[in-house]
Amino acid sequence: MTDSQLPQPTLEPEPEDVDHSWSGRLRRWVLKVLPPEKLLPTSQPSYVATWIYMFGMGAIASLVFVIGSGAVLSLNGPMWWHLSPLGHFFNSLHLWSVEFFFFFMVIHLWAKFWMAAWRGNRALTWITGVVSFAVSIVAGFTGYLLQTNFDSQWIAYQAKDALNASGIGAWFNVANFGQMFMWHILLLPIAVLVIVALHVLLVRGHGVVPPLDAAESDSQLRETTPTEATSREA
Amino acid sequence: MPDSQKSRARRKSLDVRAWNGTTRPYDLLKELAIGVLVVGVIIVGFAAVAGSPDEPTITLQNWAQANPNDFVATATAELAGTSDTASYGPPYSSTAGATQTLGPIDLQTMSGVQLRIDAAKDFVITPLTTLDSAPDAVSTWRAATSEQQTAWATSYSDALGKASNGDPSTVVSGNYGPVPQLTQGLLTVAKGGALDGAIQSEGGLYNTNPTPTILFLSDGTYFSSLATAQHLTGDQWGMMNETGSYPGQSWLWLFSFWYQVPLIGNLPNADLVVVFIMVFLTLVLALVPFIPGLRSIPRWIPVHRLIWRDYYRKR
Repeated sequence: MTDSQLPQPTLEPEPEDVDHSWSGRLRRWVLKVLPPEKLLPTSQPSYVATWIYMFGMGAIASLVFVIGSGAVLSLNGPMWWHLSPLGHFFNSLHLWSVEFFFFFMVIHLWAKFWMAAWRGNRALTWITGVVSFAVSIVAGFTGYLLQTNFDSQWIAYQAKDALNASGIGAWFNVANFGQMFMWHILLLPIAVLVIVALHVLLVRGHGVVPPLDAAESDSQLRETTPTEATSREA
Repeated sequence: MPDSQKSRARRKSLDVRAWNGTTRPYDLLKELAIGVLVVGVIIVGFAAVAGSPDEPTITLQNWAQANPNDFVATATAELAGTSDTASYGPPYSSTAGATQTLGPIDLQTMSGVQLRIDAAKDFVITPLTTLDSAPDAVSTWRAATSEQQTAWATSYSDALGKASNGDPSTVVSGNYGPVPQLTQGLLTVAKGGALDGAIQSEGGLYNTNPTPTILFLSDGTYFSSLATAQHLTGDQWGMMNETGSYPGQSWLWLFSFWYQVPLIGNLPNADLVVVFIMVFLTLVLALVPFIPGLRSIPRWIPVHRLIWRDYYRKR
């Protein structure tokens, strides 16, 4: 047997060695689009060094408190906060975490608009951000309907007309406490968490968008370009 | 390829590809932990200092005791079928021509009467029967034709409108059938607090749906006068406000804004028009990356120069 007849070592696995199971295909796809170094990065491009990037993280941090305070309120039922000073405090935590969640999210959204952050195949990241904002508004709105006080009575009365006029009110009755309760503590939190998680994964997968009009001649690209180019050529 | 096209292509590739330039150390989990800590301090601080508002609910008993004339006038309107709820249309009733439409679009009718409410029966007759109040008047009412019922209630409603302050005791005599006894009987049980339970119990022991009570309350003027005092009505930027001096749902400002524009707010189908406007604007916002002109605004108004000022300074 000559050398030419011997099996040659290959870096790429033979097609028959590739795991074609659904799980195997999913694992390869996940590792391709979101390798660990992208999912949990230890470095960022040098332009990611401005305070505006804090607001996205601020929204997520606020969401942690929204969910946490909501979970404590859930443990004790919707009337607890009227009867207990501790319950009222947790209701206040819930209220202010929601206020700051929206505050951070709105600034984050405007910042991303002015950064044209949808560039470079990041349109879906932008869309999921807008959708998470819209779904969060519905979640917050149902929360205001569950206060079991005058404000929730009035909001239920006032909001019904727009929903009824658009045909939604027949299926989403804002004056029905039980129905709104289930939407607020189960369906909408799941929706918000799923969309926010998708948004964050898209950000991690695509990376932070470079500055508008960034060019190869910029110093922050030039400094490493020779090394990078050499390694790529090798 | 012209230079401008080459330049654009290079920029695009830079947007798309992984960053090859200088980097800085970054720890995602550390930033998250610090963010949670800092935001937590802020939120706990606001919760401890500012708290949260809690104006008690308004009951039918509160209403009957605070403004009995308004209560009687509203109960009469429920019997006459002229209250907002009785004449609302879908999803509560099948009143013809009551829906909001936009051209041929009538989503309200399409949704159907899914939450049927018979205002006279649900708000007045059934509770009186449950509480055994004014039984003779209830029997007389039930024995009459619907035309007779409407005639009695309408006559009494007109008479209340002409009475001093709408006071039932000053109404001139007339053919009102059992309506004065029905409304006075309802007022009596409402003042004692029994009406709240009677209406709520129509949904059974585990009823979690206070829709009938909220609709009945909102048919009167007492409920909205309290909301006006709390700056909550539609012409006061509506439900984006919160009772007291709290920020409320400020993120609903654009929704409330359209109601403040007379050209829109005064339309008979204002709710539907505002919903369509907001759906359209939300879609536009979501699709900004694909809308020529709109997606170029960040290039025309260079706020990004401020955001990435360090990067541009070091170019």
